[in-house]
Amino acid sequence: MTEIKSLRDLPARHLLGAGTPMCGGCGGLEALHQVYDLLGEKTVFVNAAGCMTLLAVYPFTPFRGSWLYTAMASAPAGAQGVRDALDILRGQGRITPEEDLQVVVLTGDGSAYGMGLAATSGAMDRGLDFLYLCYDNEGYGNTGQQYSAATPHGAHTATSRGALGYPGYKKDLFSIWAAHRPAYVATVSPAHPVDLARKIETARTRQGPRLVIALSPCPTGWDYDPAETVAIGKLAVECGAWPLKEYRDGRVEHTRVPKKRRPVVEYLERQGRFRHLFHPVRQDALLAEIQARVDGYWAGATATGD
Amino acid sequence: MTRTLLTGNGAAAWGARLARIDYLPAFPITPQTEIIETVAAWLEAGEMAGRLVTMDSEHSMITAAGAAATTGVRVFTATSSQGLLYGMEMLYAIAGWRAPLVLVNVSRGLASPITLEPDHNDVLAARDCGFLQIHCATCQEVLDSVLIAYRLAEHPHVRLPVLVNLDGFYLSFTREPVTIPAQAEVDRFLPPFAAGNIAFRAHAPMSQGVAVLGGAAYSYFRYQMHLAAGKALSVYDEIAHDFAALFGRCHEAVECYRADDADYLFVMMGSFATKAREAVDRLRDQGLAMGLVRPRLIRPFPVDHLREALAGKKGAAVIDQNLSPGRGGILHTELAAAIGCGRNRPMPLLASFIGGLGGRDITPEEFYQMARDLVEAVAAGRSPVPRLLYTDEELRGVRKLQGVAGSTGGERR
Repeated sequence: MTEIKSLRDLPARHLLGAGTPMCGGCGGLEALHQVYDLLGEKTVFVNAAGCMTLLAVYPFTPFRGSWLYTAMASAPAGAQGVRDALDILRGQGRITPEEDLQVVVLTGDGSAYGMGLAATSGAMDRGLDFLYLCYDNEGYGNTGQQYSAATPHGAHTATSRGALGYPGYKKDLFSIWAAHRPAYVATVSPAHPVDLARKIETARTRQGPRLVIALSPCPTGWDYDPAETVAIGKLAVECGAWPLKEYRDGRVEHTRVPKKRRPVVEYLERQGRFRHLFHPVRQDALLAEIQARVDGYWAGATATGD
Repeated sequence: MTRTLLTGNGAAAWGARLARIDYLPAFPITPQTEIIETVAAWLEAGEMAGRLVTMDSEHSMITAAGAAATTGVRVFTATSSQGLLYGMEMLYAIAGWRAPLVLVNVSRGLASPITLEPDHNDVLAARDCGFLQIHCATCQEVLDSVLIAYRLAEHPHVRLPVLVNLDGFYLSFTREPVTIPAQAEVDRFLPPFAAGNIAFRAHAPMSQGVAVLGGAAYSYFRYQMHLAAGKALSVYDEIAHDFAALFGRCHEAVECYRADDADYLFVMMGSFATKAREAVDRLRDQGLAMGLVRPRLIRPFPVDHLREALAGKKGAAVIDQNLSPGRGGILHTELAAAIGCGRNRPMPLLASFIGGLGGRDITPEEFYQMARDLVEAVAAGRSPVPRLLYTDEELRGVRKLQGVAGSTGGERR
């Protein structure tokens, strides 16, 4: 396992092809770039319906390795079929170890937090040896950013246009996954590539279910200038709204604890999806509630690092 | 070769075992469960090689089955009824992947109301998904059809998944004498699966199931499936011929029983056709030139075989164990289209009957009555209105249930 201490230790060669139909400034695509550089081309990406389904549009693909589009609900089941078949073929000596592939599930939050959750739970029950990368842009982005189970409280989406935005709360998928006690679970941010790379390296070298959620700032759905993607990704971590953490061997550890958390409003006010919390009237009570939830999270968090 | 008593489920499991399947993604559902239990027991005892994985749903099961088949192993799976419909999205998807696997469906009626007992609405709901369909009438046919199905699915001109159907309860749980062929004979009939260039390998990256933009590419790939399914007809005939030569059992695309010199026919599919056979013999005893035509292949639909079998007959009673609300019997509709299109050969008058829904029996008396109705209709020169096989006694029974349920309304006769 390569030890990654700084940006200099990251791969210099970039594997994912350019010219995809993803939006400019897509945080999810940035996360995928970083992950793919680390995993390499001996991979098969098993995809569920979402924005990234459009990465492979016949006859083009940005991947140097393989791809299997399944359906919205069952990408982990597709991974199961591919992994089992490769194991069977290896067991029978019909393929060499060099022909084997890492199986990677790639879905958005719509599938991961909702429709695909039973299939993911099943894959973990069965101890499937796979990596799951969820690009979480906090809504059904590919259909125009309707709210999903990953949407944060108060966000404006195409189906929560009221003065107070989305009335629900972002589902804690990290804890749901970790409750299955799989080999590895982590949250990452493409704006924190060293932390991301360390976690993918850890995931890569473990056996069994390994699941990673990448907060994926989305200029189209979150309504900000595409140039701001990295800044917003950093703010999400620095204000404490997106904790960077990992689960392994029964323990959850934070990999980056902001020494002094920035106020959450600094993160919110840069995104059009929260504009209604500031204009025309400042929704002080709701903003205080959002801040209190972040503070409450960290008050209960066991932290290491930084 | 051994001759023994097997249930339809046991016969399906033996088919999978003899086909030397590599992989079985599973999910329990009545009346199919005995199939996966049987294979699981063999795997645990080391009597067969392979891997069985219980999935979290039929949707996941069919996804895993298709994914494994497109990775290059021989895949078997089985379901019933609600399970088939729960996985319906993936039936269409993996047929498009050209995943050449075999799925056994044990027919069972669909909710609502929920039932465990058989009819054909489940399997016919999957009619248009791209799976080929073989419908069995006996337990022997179930075993044989699984072997035939692999040859058909994996044929390079076909490469489509195949669904083998058997009726719940009447076949699934009924023991019949079945000849289990020797493994060496089966190996001669069914060579190992050659995945060709459809497989995930590090040295040969492949994109599978990708999106297309625009109707031209979409139409092309969907129509390719249609052409392949069409080719499956002649391929099926060859395979059935090979099978007969090796094993001495003939499973033609369309079974004809005493049909050559018949004036009148029953046309139906599935295990109840064995009841129709018996009725044909009794009606022949009484001097009526009755016969039976039973399509085993439903997809591809053997139009020419059926036209050949029906040409020159006076009348055919089409018995459907399914109901398309607002239209009626699905086999009747298909058959009417098949005999109605083109070519100037005299075709029989059709009479449509719906029976055997949700496990309801079809009695010998009802077969005789359908034959009488058919003869009368032919004499009158007019197709009768479609009829549901249902007795006064049954209606009285249901009225009693409605009374218990406290129902005050309800339709009047």
